[in-house]
Amino acid sequence: MLRSLKQRALAGLAVVAGVVTLTFLLLHAAPGDPAERLLGPTATTEQVAALRHALELDRPLPVQYASWLGRFVRGDWGTSIATGRPVWTMLRTAWPATARLVALSLLLSYALGLLVGTIQAARSRSRLDTALSVASVTLFALPGYWLGLMLMMLLTYWLRLLPAFGAAGMDADFLTGWPWVADQLRHLALPLLTLTVIGVGGTARFARGAMLDVLAQPFVAVARAKGVSETRVLSRHVLRNALSPMLTLLGLSLPALFSGAVFVEAVFAWPGVGRIMVEAVQSRDYPVVMAATAVSAVLVVAGNLLADLLAAWADPRVRGAAREA
Amino acid sequence: MRLRDGRALCGIAVIAAVALAALAAPLVTSGNPNTQADIVATRFLPPLASDVHGGFHALGTDRFGRDVWTRLVYGARISLGVGLLAVLISVAIGTTVGAAAGYLRGWLSTALLAFTDFALALPRVVLLLLLSALWRPSAALVVVVLGVTGWMPIARLVHGEVRGLAVQPFVEGARAVGASRARILWRHILPNALTPVIVAAALGVGNAILLEAGLSYLGVGVQPPTASWGSMIASGRDTLVNAPWVATAPGLALVLVVVACTLLGDALRDALDPGAGAARR
Repeated sequence: MLRSLKQRALAGLAVVAGVVTLTFLLLHAAPGDPAERLLGPTATTEQVAALRHALELDRPLPVQYASWLGRFVRGDWGTSIATGRPVWTMLRTAWPATARLVALSLLLSYALGLLVGTIQAARSRSRLDTALSVASVTLFALPGYWLGLMLMMLLTYWLRLLPAFGAAGMDADFLTGWPWVADQLRHLALPLLTLTVIGVGGTARFARGAMLDVLAQPFVAVARAKGVSETRVLSRHVLRNALSPMLTLLGLSLPALFSGAVFVEAVFAWPGVGRIMVEAVQSRDYPVVMAATAVSAVLVVAGNLLADLLAAWADPRVRGAAREA
Repeated sequence: MRLRDGRALCGIAVIAAVALAALAAPLVTSGNPNTQADIVATRFLPPLASDVHGGFHALGTDRFGRDVWTRLVYGARISLGVGLLAVLISVAIGTTVGAAAGYLRGWLSTALLAFTDFALALPRVVLLLLLSALWRPSAALVVVVLGVTGWMPIARLVHGEVRGLAVQPFVEGARAVGASRARILWRHILPNALTPVIVAAALGVGNAILLEAGLSYLGVGVQPPTASWGSMIASGRDTLVNAPWVATAPGLALVLVVVACTLLGDALRDALDPGAGAARR
């Protein structure tokens, strides 16, 4: 187990290195120069050249790459070309907003999805199952940015219940105690609702499939033959075994905590990592894109590892198979 | 596949209707989707309104006085076309890589698998944004970008299938009568390995349509004035308060088509591969 973990960590490191290198090459191959975009159309050629020199963009690509990598590994993520702020600070301040939003939506959509999937599996092939299936397929098919706009139209413009933009009100700095909490929650509501509604569709579909797979197993028939009540069969025998693939899926969602809400953040002007990434790609903000991609890649690799560890923790058979391998 | 399966029927009916409307766009709409006929008199007309020139607008008009229904139907050409072509590219690459990795032995197989895992670890949205920024955004670019970033799951599926089929007795039989390796793979193994690919492709079309609309929504996909469902939603975003129909119609169309693709994919899987639990994930 330990040896295979070490191997996987090494392979993961190679993947991260590959992703970062590819991003670097693509970024520098893309037309549009950060210096030109920053200085605007009135800048003279000399001014652009001077800024390029200051940003070290006139050095050969391999040199730029090596110097970026060296600094990144030592924890110096550079300064954003567009905003002039340290990249580390930008991502560190934006990250909690994304993580809060995505973590809550994952929690809610897993709880609700598991509930819906269990009900469907228990009443498999009934009218209720069909209705819930159609509902979950529809929710799953909703594009986040469109659902966000529709909810905004309904709850902000028509019913005037919730704010549509940002993570806090204009006066948030002057609020304390409960009014501050209420302000935070009101701003969180719409993006959270959007992400959760879509998430429930996916997890319910997945949970139903996982439960039905387990229901077809012989040990379920044995449990039923022994006279175990159907509720107990579902809760003790089926749900426990169906949780293993659900945990794998949860592990794979780890990178989403960092960059999982790009579209929804764009709709609600949510001050998270997704918005920073879109803006950084558009302004060719090399240091920001590189750092964000590197973190995403590390999280993808870590998420895969976590998924396997969770599966092994939840299912002794997987542990045994890993030991034999 | 049993035609009695309601999901398959619904899915096929919706996709066929949308595809027919898209193909026969000039017949079911009036005029060019991009003409701004009379920008003063036909701006922001609500659904079911007639303009002063006698033109009827079933779904209303947008801020340039363009007919939303006409743009919706022409946009279907982009959405369906991009979705189908992108998935075709994904299937072609994924099947090739997966079959080679599953059938060959040695370092090449290992390298192909490692490459697939590597590609799976790429953050897709960042990659899509970067690739779209590389060239001038266009529908063709979106097809290629979606195609080359979506083949990995298919390669995984095909690899697993080919691995399992390669040790079946009928393959051994083919080898015994002297069939070449290429012929065995092409004629005997691949046709049997394609079932999960068909299912993944049906589900993939819906996903590709959603991503195309997302890219167009962010402004790096199909460019205005060309009608695409994503760019229509984006342009309706600014007029949400006074003309909600501009963003509502393309979104509903999008959901309808993606649901149809998913239902069809689900029905295909149940019909072609009744025992497949693994493919459900």
